Amino acid sequence: MTDKMIKKDQFMGFLHKLKNDYNVFIPAKEDDNFYNFTALGEKETFDFDYKNTRLSPKSFALPQSEKMFEFSLNKSDKDANILREAASDSSNTAIVGIRPCDANAFKVINANFDNPEFRDPWWTKHRDSLTLIGLGCNEPDSTCFCTSAGGGPFDEKGLDILLFDLDEHILIRPITKKGGKLLETADINQEADSSLKQKADEVKAASEKKISSHVATDKLKSKNALELFNASFWDDIAFSCINCGTCTFLCPTCWCFDIQDEVNYDQGDRIRNWDSCMFPLFTLHASGHNPRPEKVQRVRQRFMHKLKYYVDKYDNGIACVGCGRCVKYCPVNIDIREVIRLMNE
Amino acid sequence: MESRESINKDIDLIFKPNLARIERILPQMEGHRLFQLRFVDEDAVNAFAHKPGQFIELTVFGVGEAPISISSPPSRPGIIEICVRKAGSVTGALFELQKGDHVGLRGPFGHGFPLETLKGKDLLLVAGGLGMAPLRSLFQAVLDDRKNYGDIVLMYGARNPDDVLFKYELLGLMNRTDLKYLLSVDVDDEGIWRQYVGVVTGLFKGVQLNSENTFCALCGPPIMYRFVIEELLKRDIPKEQVFVSLERMMKCGVGKCGHCAIGEYYCCTDGPVFRYSDISHIKEAI
Repeated sequence: MTDKMIKKDQFMGFLHKLKNDYNVFIPAKEDDNFYNFTALGEKETFDFDYKNTRLSPKSFALPQSEKMFEFSLNKSDKDANILREAASDSSNTAIVGIRPCDANAFKVINANFDNPEFRDPWWTKHRDSLTLIGLGCNEPDSTCFCTSAGGGPFDEKGLDILLFDLDEHILIRPITKKGGKLLETADINQEADSSLKQKADEVKAASEKKISSHVATDKLKSKNALELFNASFWDDIAFSCINCGTCTFLCPTCWCFDIQDEVNYDQGDRIRNWDSCMFPLFTLHASGHNPRPEKVQRVRQRFMHKLKYYVDKYDNGIACVGCGRCVKYCPVNIDIREVIRLMNE
Repeated sequence: MESRESINKDIDLIFKPNLARIERILPQMEGHRLFQLRFVDEDAVNAFAHKPGQFIELTVFGVGEAPISISSPPSRPGIIEICVRKAGSVTGALFELQKGDHVGLRGPFGHGFPLETLKGKDLLLVAGGLGMAPLRSLFQAVLDDRKNYGDIVLMYGARNPDDVLFKYELLGLMNRTDLKYLLSVDVDDEGIWRQYVGVVTGLFKGVQLNSENTFCALCGPPIMYRFVIEELLKRDIPKEQVFVSLERMMKCGVGKCGHCAIGEYYCCTDGPVFRYSDISHIKEAI
């Protein structure tokens, strides 16, 4: 598959054409001035200068709340107490403008949800329906550290298509078969010329240099887990944490969820919701015993999971893509880059 | 870790509970009951095969799901027994149900005690408190196949004489000559206890263990593990020969939801029964 190109003023036409075959989502500024992925309507325009969405796009495959089953408790119903799989939409969806870090996050989570032992039916169904059309980052943010987390501002690993914003033109690089198919459906077939390709390489190289934040992760794998667990820095890291859970909800690689039954009269739903290891209830047993009752234990668990346990278990790098959301939005300024530095020392 | 077979039988069914009927409710000590369950669908009855130490996810309809260990052995199929303490919302609602009512079951899940590894070995089984519920599955399985095992010692520590699970069933074992059954209670205020009074490790006095051939299975509260494991290591029993059953809030049962993470393992899929040598480096495990 070869690089394609279109003029920038044709981009919205391309997106609207896509709507014939895909649900199309683009980043759009909402009333609170934060960007979020929004279904493309008539009014929306694509803002090439956006940095990133506040919420990560993981919710496309792992919704914050998802109905798994429906059931009736009415004993006169023939199927009383039988859990029926709830209808869910898994029609083709294109996420346009996803950042390469967030696309990598799908790969990170996939190791947990789609493995030979058990495939999670909801995750795999949603994930398969997505085509990820990434927008390379010409101007990375000050909190971005993707190049330290196995990625980069134009990293292709998690994407189906990568877009380069090159002034008057967009270079469109198909990466997977899925991406190639999307471009075929939308009749994108003008080959990119060599000068545009060269420009793309230059923009990419320039952007990588703009990432000002670097932290080494090379020693995490060989570190002794027990020594890291016993390290003296956890109290300092956890000291200011208020266990609000913001980091886990904004994190594109945090996947933990809870399962709850909700009942209205005699009809009920079984629902799964995002959960957070920052909350004491997360591990509380009905008996009252709690394996992680202390704040410092929960803070340590989150970082150890992302930066040590995941690394050891999957040999897939760290479970952090360097998007910088937790750095930016943590109300008490806990900085995962500093935690990585301490752990990797 | 033990070798892992793929258990990915039917992806659509791993989250969907199967209907089961409460066949009998046998009261135990206060706040504890033994529920005998049978799948409504006979195909499900025949398809259910578990190992001692595995667990199921129990649905009480309209309330929710909770992980519960299986108390009956695979050698007695048909009825699935679960011994439950009334503790949370799901178990609280379970105690409101009557004989003939329906519950939902998913599973069995996780790794149990590896019977193939234990065959031909001397066994030391140690239970504390409600840890007797899962361990009963193992010792009944072993007793149902007695000739294939060496010496068997069963130790059970309860809080007081009233808090002994499966009391009469277990007292019946006292007369058996093919196993040594030792029972302790922590306190005996009324002075009615004829067996050992004190913590369960006190039962080790006078017990000879062949460290080369003895495999141990432990199930009880974390504090018991610490002291019993110390006792076993003192007697030169290798960590590889000690199996412990751990308890965590296992929500999904299939290694997805993250609640039961212990270091790099999930209690629900890598455990709940672990070889102690596999987890002794994880401080939080016990």
